[in-house]
Amino acid sequence: MTGLDLIEVDSPVTGSTGSSLAPGRAQALWRSSQPLASTRRQRRRRIKDRAMTAALAACALIAAVPLVSLLWTTVSHGLARLDPTFFNQSMRGVAGVGGGALHAIWGSVLITLAATALAAPVGLGTALWLVECADRSRSALTSGLARAVRAVVGVTAGIPSIVAGLFVYALIALVAGPGYRSGLAGAIALAVIMTPVVESACEEVLARVPGELREGALALGAPQWRCVTSVILPTARPGVISGVLLGVSRVVGETAPLLLVAGFTDSMNLNLLDGRMASLPVYIYSQWQNKGVQAAAYDARAWTAALVLVALVLALHLTARLSARWATRKEH
Amino acid sequence: MSHLQLDRVSAYYGAFQAVADVSLNIEPCSITALIGPSGCGKSTLLRTINRLHETIPGARVTGDVRLNGQDVLGPGSDPVEVRSRVGMVFQRANPFPTMSISENVLAGVKLRGRRLAPKQAEQVVERSLKAANLWQETKDRLKKSGAGLSGGQQQRLCIARAIAVQPEVLLMDEPCSALDPASTAAIEELMVTLKSDYTVVVVTHNLAQAARVSDQTAFMSVDRAGQPGRLIEHGSTVSLFNAPTQTATCDYIAGKFG
Repeated sequence: MTGLDLIEVDSPVTGSTGSSLAPGRAQALWRSSQPLASTRRQRRRRIKDRAMTAALAACALIAAVPLVSLLWTTVSHGLARLDPTFFNQSMRGVAGVGGGALHAIWGSVLITLAATALAAPVGLGTALWLVECADRSRSALTSGLARAVRAVVGVTAGIPSIVAGLFVYALIALVAGPGYRSGLAGAIALAVIMTPVVESACEEVLARVPGELREGALALGAPQWRCVTSVILPTARPGVISGVLLGVSRVVGETAPLLLVAGFTDSMNLNLLDGRMASLPVYIYSQWQNKGVQAAAYDARAWTAALVLVALVLALHLTARLSARWATRKEH
Repeated sequence: MSHLQLDRVSAYYGAFQAVADVSLNIEPCSITALIGPSGCGKSTLLRTINRLHETIPGARVTGDVRLNGQDVLGPGSDPVEVRSRVGMVFQRANPFPTMSISENVLAGVKLRGRRLAPKQAEQVVERSLKAANLWQETKDRLKKSGAGLSGGQQQRLCIARAIAVQPEVLLMDEPCSALDPASTAAIEELMVTLKSDYTVVVVTHNLAQAARVSDQTAFMSVDRAGQPGRLIEHGSTVSLFNAPTQTATCDYIAGKFG
């Protein structure tokens, strides 16, 4: 009897039990009758395996090359003007060498902080409503509304940033008249982009809070709001922080909407509510675009601003990642 | 001393009926065990008593649950109030991971919006941990996270947390099913001491455990999947295990199903 005969005779699927061997034993016998030495088929498989592994590693390498090259170029070009003047002077009255980006750094910080102040509460609040209220509601209206909110958030996350800028430009024009530019308008545009990022990160992290903690708090006689503030939010806090930081790093490099609604200036402006306000990305753009006679000085400033911006984004990313890792470590 | 009465309690998850017409009298200061095969609705029935069942979307309860004669399920009763009088211990220990051991014990106080003077808080922590047989093991690490405790210690921490707010009834949903035999023995011992102060209702898969610790036993069963679970027999543990009146009880105790 060959191995194949055995398996057919004893196959439980056909139901025939012609042999005295139990099906499991027959299979074991059949397997052990196969040679263990490497066959041509196995060799071919090994070659394919190596080729595919190499191809995938090449993909990873190709993906990493531009990033490394970008970092290298930014650092090598940006170091030239990485001096104290860059951090303590604006561009007011500067027409050639010298000058700095203090006004743009302050502008970026203020606009991003204002955008975070707008987007973080709305994003976290939306996520809390979806996870803690809507998903637990028995009303068809509420679940319909929740579905609509999720759809809108998904779409908003995908709108091009310049469209968000145009939207806020039109919105501000309704209130303040056309042509009005301010840091606050820029912050609103960035908040439009940032809110869905914060919302989806928070929603994910809130949904991951174990139901047993929620039930444990309720079973102790906690009203729902105390369950949220004392148990759910503290448990989700590192994830919420990393979600907000991811949102910040998403918008801190935005150029198009700020160009439209915050504009550009060579001078310091610390008032979000009034007048044009510079920011790092727009500073880079304007240095590059409006080179004076000494073009090299403008290029050097643009590169240094780019270096500062990349360092800022990397630092934010790193903080977000570390915060998330700290959270997962605590869960176990 | 708190007396629990269940009258024709039925529980639903959406269109599915999980429990049908259970009427049960639970004596104060005793341990009542709910036993039965998986899916017979014993955990669901337990969760109707502190109104935790209804926190699941689509879940609802009909019938009547009375705590010392007071209506538990009716519109006039506040679930938050009910849950502060009926404590619960879950199958998997669920200490709050962001809180220290002593904060976990005081969680019930905090979650009800009450404040204690530091001296008083210390007393509550010590008394509750002592009552849960956990004081010796934790008195030197009260400020440390509860996550560092063993599974059995975590479960006793959850018991301490539940009794810190002095409920009248303590519900336990398979409190030992995730624990090793030594921790199980510790919890069982604790349950017996708890019954002098609390009315304890325990759901268990472990028949020997029901026989060891409980005074009363209620046997629930289900004909087949998709049918609601029903109460088959209820009586003193000794008589239910030694002289069951129903064939289903007899078969279950003999290990023929479940």
